[in-house]
Amino acid sequence: MIRLLLALCLLLPLAAAAVIDVYEFDSVEQEARFRSLTQELRCPKCQNQSIADSDADIAADMRARTAEMIRDGASDRDVVEFFRARYGDFVSYRPPFAVNTLLLWLGPVVVVLIGGGLVGRQLRRASQAPLDDDDMQPDERQRENEQ
Amino acid sequence: MKKSLWALIPLVLFLALVVLLYNGLGRDTEELPSTLVGQPVPAFSLPSLIGEDRMLGPKLFEDRWSLLNIWATWCPTCYVEHPYLLQLARQGVAIVGVNYKDNDEKARTYLAELGNPYTEVIVDKRGTLGMDLGVYGAPETYLINPQGHIVLRHTGEVNERAWQQKFLPLIKGEGVQ
Repeated sequence: MIRLLLALCLLLPLAAAAVIDVYEFDSVEQEARFRSLTQELRCPKCQNQSIADSDADIAADMRARTAEMIRDGASDRDVVEFFRARYGDFVSYRPPFAVNTLLLWLGPVVVVLIGGGLVGRQLRRASQAPLDDDDMQPDERQRENEQ
Repeated sequence: MKKSLWALIPLVLFLALVVLLYNGLGRDTEELPSTLVGQPVPAFSLPSLIGEDRMLGPKLFEDRWSLLNIWATWCPTCYVEHPYLLQLARQGVAIVGVNYKDNDEKARTYLAELGNPYTEVIVDKRGTLGMDLGVYGAPETYLINPQGHIVLRHTGEVNERAWQQKFLPLIKGEGVQ
């Protein structure tokens, strides 16, 4: 009985695979491009999922269109531009470098510069400050005197 | 003096962050800006649901203000907005329906039973026109000016409030109805 159940369990992945839509490609390279593109394109309906992950109807349509375009010889750039023209910058997980994304791209650099500047200033100040014996703790002075 | 100015920096940064985040509060992240606003209706050639063997194109939207309404019988919100579309049609608003990824028979039954607010219905079975418009769900409604350019994209239900606040000001703003 247990053996039979285990055998049935082995069949489970087959049922799962049947749900995922299958696209035929001319080459392994095309299939790899399809995988990376569908990971990089964002589903406009269920936001924060890529079209590869999403079950939404529109994501399925977008996957089908991506596959079709790849088979027809479109470059990765063509595919991303196709969707960007229709759904806006939102659709790509790689935002373009533009005026409205300046903060996004340069923000981290600015923060690091400010933080680095502050740390540098602090270090410089600490190294420039003359070593003053008065800063020593009383017990330290005592020890020094004993030597 | 110099020192006290430096001490203000964290406060200023904090206030800037407050302003930035406050702006984001309450914003509807589901609403995406349409890339097509200001653009002509994309080219298409698709059959009509009502007439026999007629192909429709972007010419439908010329010479008058019109609405392009994406609908389907599988879309619950479409049933909700349907009475309001009928009311708009009675007021003389030209509404072109796009039957989006639907079954023709079901769509005809829907219009026969609930009434037809559309001057014409485009059959977009594969969702190609929808994709060219950047549609990601139904219903969606586009306002198109007499030059055939898209002026507004509205996602979700069209109701009195949306019509008064979003659509009418644009139509009146350009002085034509």
